[in-house]
Amino acid sequence: MSATTIAISEVPVRPVTLRLHEWVTTVDHKRLGVLYVVYALIFLALGGIEATIIRLQLIRPHNALVSPQVFNRMFTMHGTTMIFFVAMPMLFGFANYLVPLMIGARDMAFPRLNAFSFWMTALGGIFLYFSYFGGDGLYGAGSAPDVGWFAYAPLTAKTFSVGHSTDFWTLSLLSSGIGSIGTAINIIATTLCMRCPGMTLGKMPLLVWLNFVMAGLVILAVSPLSAAQLMLVVDRYLGGHFFDTQAGGSAVIWMHFFWIFGHPEVYVLVLPAFAFASEIIPVFSRKAIFGYPVMVLATIAIGFIGMSVWAHHMFTVGMSAGANTFFVLSTMAIAVPTGIKIFNWLATMWGGKIRFATPMLFCVAFLFQFLIAGLTGVTLAVAPLDWQLSNSYYVVAHFHYVIVGGILFCIFGAFYYWFPKFSGKMYDEALGKLHFWLFVIGFHLTFDFMHVPGILGMPRRIYTYEPGRGWDIWNLIVTIGVAFQAAGILVFAANLVWSYFRGKRAGNDPWDAWTLEWSTSSPPPAYNYAQVPSVRSRRPLWDLKHPEDPDWRYE
Amino acid sequence: MYCLIAAESAIFTIFVVAYLFYIGKSLTGPKPADVLHAPILYTICLLSSSLTINLAVRRLSAGNMAAFGRWWLLTIVLGSVFLFGTAREWAHLIHDEGLTIGTNLFGTTYYSLVGLHAFHVTMGLLALFAVAVFCFTSQLQREHAERVEILSMYWHFVDAVWVIVFTVVYVIGI
Repeated sequence: MSATTIAISEVPVRPVTLRLHEWVTTVDHKRLGVLYVVYALIFLALGGIEATIIRLQLIRPHNALVSPQVFNRMFTMHGTTMIFFVAMPMLFGFANYLVPLMIGARDMAFPRLNAFSFWMTALGGIFLYFSYFGGDGLYGAGSAPDVGWFAYAPLTAKTFSVGHSTDFWTLSLLSSGIGSIGTAINIIATTLCMRCPGMTLGKMPLLVWLNFVMAGLVILAVSPLSAAQLMLVVDRYLGGHFFDTQAGGSAVIWMHFFWIFGHPEVYVLVLPAFAFASEIIPVFSRKAIFGYPVMVLATIAIGFIGMSVWAHHMFTVGMSAGANTFFVLSTMAIAVPTGIKIFNWLATMWGGKIRFATPMLFCVAFLFQFLIAGLTGVTLAVAPLDWQLSNSYYVVAHFHYVIVGGILFCIFGAFYYWFPKFSGKMYDEALGKLHFWLFVIGFHLTFDFMHVPGILGMPRRIYTYEPGRGWDIWNLIVTIGVAFQAAGILVFAANLVWSYFRGKRAGNDPWDAWTLEWSTSSPPPAYNYAQVPSVRSRRPLWDLKHPEDPDWRYE
Repeated sequence: MYCLIAAESAIFTIFVVAYLFYIGKSLTGPKPADVLHAPILYTICLLSSSLTINLAVRRLSAGNMAAFGRWWLLTIVLGSVFLFGTAREWAHLIHDEGLTIGTNLFGTTYYSLVGLHAFHVTMGLLALFAVAVFCFTSQLQREHAERVEILSMYWHFVDAVWVIVFTVVYVIGI
């Protein structure tokens, strides 16, 4: 043992170019996972800066910090960046890193496809931000895309969007879409074909199950988006008329195509977040997850129902009464499996010996916030109320409650939970807690109070507003919250960097956890497991640690 | 491959839905009934290539490389004939009928849907061609049968899509 340690420490430090080359050409699922996550963090900073600019502009009426044109670009870039180049790569990164480890595999099923997918996604992000340099083309007609993140026709027509900004938007979504589909294919093949001996589908960790369903949703949801983007390319470059109302085309069909992608996308993002919660909450409650089979079934139900709710984004378009009723009912129906999940997490915590370490804090806040997000979602599912609230700040508050309060909180929880595994170092608990409290305060200041101007009639995407409509104080509070959130993110970044270089060694299993990834070293070696593990229950490490009372006796 | 096919099916679904939605919505001519003629012969070529590729794969699993090569080449020929048919049809539409992708909604949806399919045929042909090169340089062996079969699944998918495209464009659409 000591001989190997010496041998490792005697390896000379390789030059930077060589190490960089290794990262660029890597096909290792762990390195690609880290690349995804780092990439997403960079874009998180960009998207956060854009959000800050939006909020500073709206801090008081008649503010003139940025021009209306720049404001339009800011909310378009913020939305596109956060969904496609923060949330998705972040979750794909974790899935890439964790799925093979958790099922005891050596790597993903198609390592080279994996690398291809990452670089396609990366190319998409570069396309999007290159629009700042190449967007105006010869026209001098504005740089970054300014058509909103769902880019309704006819805003995207050549007439209304001269220059190349919309083209860069389309290309970036097309190439990141190809990457996403590749990753989804990879996750499904890995889950189905690479599980270690003994790991039946019913014994897979919930994280793997949820990512498996997520991958299925990506295949069914992202492909329509790619198809719609292809049509937009035909319209813009070849003079087609898909969305050209002047030639009999339909703007509404773009809405349908976009939301057939857009709503399942929410579940694509939230299922991996659920996955994190489903791993973290049991470990920090010292209990096995409550109702594993029901959790799996609820996930699959969400996957199915999630494909049939898209037009609740379109109640104000003027669909038939029958269509409206269908989408009201399906949207309300999806609250049922989601509610089952929330009760199962609560039941897991019930009577447990809860440890409030940072990952658990984030997950508890997630439970509470996601519940509220779901409740405002049900109010918006009621079509008549939606006619009143649609396109107001109430909607903006609602979906930020889902994406920030639900998904981002789980992502932060996952960062703290798996950071010791990724890096081999322990993060700083005090800084972690500081991050949590700053972010919770900032989140609630911003997004609780954002509901109010929405109810008072403030539409989204306006670059400024008149004083004396009762919106002023709420907008001020909302913007103040941003400062807390930004401070929280800075603490988080500092914690990551500091802990990576100066943190204590974490050891293989700092949380006394139960899934396979904690049985290998931190960070795991390139081959993951020297011996292919074999599994007899849903908590293989519990069985190892407690041979006198293993789980498989009860399952 | 099943996943890829599922993803591709979703893409085709969207294009088919768009085609069906826009039938009869063009503001100007030409209309599909005036200019389209069902390419029955080329359709038979493409569909029978599904049969020949299946026979080829069976020969490969049986280890009969010469027979595999013959059936495989026949598949490539049939696919190319189909592609030639599409090219001729397009040339006719563009030169004689004056229908381009920008003429009207019919042109837009027709060229996109049929073009998307033709693109998939082209990709499939390139992959088939690559296998043919491996076959005739003797790098393809019996143990690769499973991989070749996966490729043949893609080819079957392209054929099956044509059945739908044909129905939508030349039967329902006229």
